[in-house]
Amino acid sequence: MAITLTEPAAKHVQKFIANRGKGVGLRLGVKTTGCSGMAYTLEFADVVNPEDMSFESHGVKVLVDPKSLVYIDGTELDFTREGLNEGFKFKNPNVKDECGCGESFTV
Amino acid sequence: MALLQISEPGMSTAPHQHRLAVGIDLGTTNSLVATVKSGMSVVLSDENGHDLLPSVVRYYADQAPQVGHAAGQTPHDAQNTIVSVKRFMGRGLQDIADAGYLPYRFVDAPGMVQIKTIAGVKSPVEVSAEILKSLKLRAENSLGGELAGAVITVPAYFDDAQRQATKDAAKLAGLNVLRLLNEPTAAAVAYGLDNAAEGMFAIYDLGGGTFDVSILHLTKGVFEVLSTNGDSALGGDDFDRRVFCWMLEQGKLPPLSPEDNSLLLTKAREAKEWLSEHAEARITCVTSSGDVIDIILTSARFKELTQPLVVKTLAPLKKALRDAKLTPDEIQGIVMVGGATRMPHIKQAVAEFFGRVPLTNFDPDKVVALGAAIQANVLAGNRSDNDLLLLDVVPLSLGLEMMGGLAEKIIPRNSTLPVARAQEFTTYKDGQTAMSIHVVQGERELVADCRSLARFELRGIPPMAAGAARIRVTFQVDADGLLSVSAREQTTGVEANIVVKPSYGLAEGQIADMLQAAFTYAADDKDLRVQLELEVEARQLIEAVNNALQQDGEMLLSEAERADIKNKIADLQSAMGDVGKLKVATAALNQATEEFATRRMDQSVQKALTGHNLSEIQI
Repeated sequence: MAITLTEPAAKHVQKFIANRGKGVGLRLGVKTTGCSGMAYTLEFADVVNPEDMSFESHGVKVLVDPKSLVYIDGTELDFTREGLNEGFKFKNPNVKDECGCGESFTV
Repeated sequence: MALLQISEPGMSTAPHQHRLAVGIDLGTTNSLVATVKSGMSVVLSDENGHDLLPSVVRYYADQAPQVGHAAGQTPHDAQNTIVSVKRFMGRGLQDIADAGYLPYRFVDAPGMVQIKTIAGVKSPVEVSAEILKSLKLRAENSLGGELAGAVITVPAYFDDAQRQATKDAAKLAGLNVLRLLNEPTAAAVAYGLDNAAEGMFAIYDLGGGTFDVSILHLTKGVFEVLSTNGDSALGGDDFDRRVFCWMLEQGKLPPLSPEDNSLLLTKAREAKEWLSEHAEARITCVTSSGDVIDIILTSARFKELTQPLVVKTLAPLKKALRDAKLTPDEIQGIVMVGGATRMPHIKQAVAEFFGRVPLTNFDPDKVVALGAAIQANVLAGNRSDNDLLLLDVVPLSLGLEMMGGLAEKIIPRNSTLPVARAQEFTTYKDGQTAMSIHVVQGERELVADCRSLARFELRGIPPMAAGAARIRVTFQVDADGLLSVSAREQTTGVEANIVVKPSYGLAEGQIADMLQAAFTYAADDKDLRVQLELEVEARQLIEAVNNALQQDGEMLLSEAERADIKNKIADLQSAMGDVGKLKVATAALNQATEEFATRRMDQSVQKALTGHNLSEIQI
């Protein structure tokens, strides 16, 4: 399995990193918080940690720590627009249940 | 599901706790809202894709007010359609020079002018709040959540009243103000000048109706506004008017109706905008009287027509540099702000003046909002490293009134914010138990020439001889540029303080005028100061001598001596207003009373000793 980005997501990530002026890639993860157990984290990555799992998708390096990977393996990250809002969306096949807003989930 | 943005490393927020923060450029003509998404500052547009929200609010009798594009649509209802409300923020009726020419029904209210509309009397704060509400709604729809806070930009020359009014408007709109930020500083932040190592930067802001220039100094990520200057009656609209006048001349047109005037002005503006990208513009229109205009305006001719206006912007630029004690070649970067700076001959003039090409990568209409958003993002706690700390300055000195109507400056102009300064004062008369503190703003020596900001009284000073009380007055200006003043009598700890929400602020042009006047009248002011100081001294002397005469005059002085002293007092009184005579008469009275003072001293010593024997006195 792996973590992938859709093409629009990859393009936006590249643009944001270029604008930021630094960063080796994108870091995805989970943390145990939120109304439904787990929450996604989505951050710029400035360093690659030794334990990191690294994926490459449409030219973007995606880093995930092994503990997080078990919860999100197979995830596709998309960039979409909803009304006036636009942003990233996790399509995670591991999710059994999520809270109403989708910001946290259980596996 | 909710959409996520990319956070800085380690700065991911818990679900439902996104710290959504926006930057708002609350402009005279247009307003904008921007935010940082995935590390990038972007202007948020409305459902129709408009970035700019015209700063127009239209009131109705039976429905909620409309804001922005909708409010500006016909049929026009000038009395109830408030435009450019920023000009009235924190202003009294007498501050609005052109009130008579505006279509509004002004109501003079204490503190700030109000406007009578079909929906009731509205203050500029309420009108601005409508604009802010509209931007807040746009941001919340766009970001999908409640805003944690906003940074709102204000002109660098905004005084306390205007800043406070802006904060009040935000509060009324339900916005949490993280910080008021000076517009030029925001523009510099947008360009990431805060990431530069170090240097001096100039911000050239030519808006629709105002011109502002600011010199910023950056050291180790700290911004400091060194100086500001400008012309509150010079802007892009003046360029339109030049073209308009040229059209009238070319077309040999008779005086036109108001509708035709506004039609021609619109055509003039379109031609101006077209010429920023093209070599010539064709202007065609038909007036209501049937006159046909069809003329070509070349960019060379346009440049010739408007070059005097461009040159006019250079004088404030020079003054700002002089205030900052810099030469043009010491400026590392120039940021262009305001739609009017798109005109090529303005860019050229600025480039020639500084000997370097100005920064124009960002849309000059948006750059202030973009910078405000970046600052909001930092203040909301979404960035961990290299947080930029922004420092602004006091535009005009703050001080208080001394005896004789002199202004004592406590916080000098261009002090960086936040700042606190204290000074000790004392009482003027014996047994004085209260002191009136009059807070003023300005550069002139006389209170009458400065701007009155507030008055308050310190009461409960224990009765003491004149000059014995120690009253510490502290002036404090916070990071938003708001002033609070406190006074404390040191021996008893009696205290009084005030947060300055001045009843009347300074008109925009007034700061420039006041500075100019301070330079022009510097010498006169100094002479007057000397004279007033002498007068205060003379009055104190007369008062002391009169008191002494009343107490001991009969007993200690002969008839002739008393007459001599009284004559000298009269001489001194008549010498008021003349520095030379004052000095002579004061010296004469001092001399004439020397003997009297010695006798009084002896007498009081005798009194103290009378009735006591030596053993009691030797301690």
